[in-house]
Amino acid sequence: MSILNYLRSRRNKSAKIAKERLQIILSREHVNASSPDYLPALKQELLDVVAKYVTIDQDQVKVTLDRDGDYEVLELNVVLENNPASRQHAL
Amino acid sequence: MSQVIVVTSGKGGVGKTTTSASFATGLALRGHKTAVVDFDVGLRNLDLIMGCERRVVYDFVNVINKEAALKQALIRDKNCDSLYVLPASQTRDKEALTKEGVAEVITELRNTFEYIVCDSPAGIERGAVMALYFADQAIVVTNPEVSSVRDSDRMLGILAAKSKRAEEEGDPIKEHLLISRYAPKRVNSGDMMSMEDIQELLSVPLLGVIPESESVLNASNSGIPVIHDTGSNAGQAYHDMVARFLGEHRELRFMQPQKRGLLHRLFGS
Repeated sequence: MSILNYLRSRRNKSAKIAKERLQIILSREHVNASSPDYLPALKQELLDVVAKYVTIDQDQVKVTLDRDGDYEVLELNVVLENNPASRQHAL
Repeated sequence: MSQVIVVTSGKGGVGKTTTSASFATGLALRGHKTAVVDFDVGLRNLDLIMGCERRVVYDFVNVINKEAALKQALIRDKNCDSLYVLPASQTRDKEALTKEGVAEVITELRNTFEYIVCDSPAGIERGAVMALYFADQAIVVTNPEVSSVRDSDRMLGILAAKSKRAEEEGDPIKEHLLISRYAPKRVNSGDMMSMEDIQELLSVPLLGVIPESESVLNASNSGIPVIHDTGSNAGQAYHDMVARFLGEHRELRFMQPQKRGLLHRLFGS
């Protein structure tokens, strides 16, 4: 490898970028391929329960199932409306 | 007990046929009676890589349709007495591969051969699914490149879900990873994913790494599987891979760039 190549390669480690991109997309595709059949229904029922107590905008809700080794993490992320009246319901 | 081994990848052009030809030849060179079957109906090429294209009379689809006996369609390899090639049909489409028809041919092959190597077409359509359906083991061929790795991952999912073993909830297919077109120099400079990276992403035991080599093109040009080119890195890497498959221990070779002089390294390209 010439000095020029050596300097260039230190700046531009495209293999590392490739690996990181693949890690993200493969784990997402695994979740999609293996997520249980009941997941959509579970999501909906969870949302219904939250909506019973708090006013929520359906677009401001994110439900994700992530896998990390043997662990599965179901993450429910609800953005509460910035409205004091509806906040009170939550309290 | 016979073993059916599918050579698959999802993506095209990664070296499935090159690997099928060399792997089957390697098994036969070690005295195992081996058949290599081309599942790429409509786009057959295994005959060219094996150098038997002018001896094709009957093909896989003829046998399925009972237009010829299996014995008539099998071509004995010119270099290896215990190796036979079953060519794909060039004129039909992949729908000609019925599950029942393929099952009958595989059963008949199992009676005669120790190893049946199935060369899968690219993609995840009928030909590819039929190639893997009856497999006991799978060799997933992957290049150190994003689309190949992603397609291999997808193929591993299909092996685990759509094979006969998966449907019958038997022991899963034994999976092996074969990395081909590996360029250690580019790995060292950070331009190519390393075999460790790929293995970590796919989590499949590594069967071998075939270095990028001019000898592969020379071999296909002349219709002699590259494993016969024992002077080449790729040929030796295929011998190692066959040995590992048969349970022998072989260290990985050709994982470092070829050494060059100091002046060349400093001022060369």
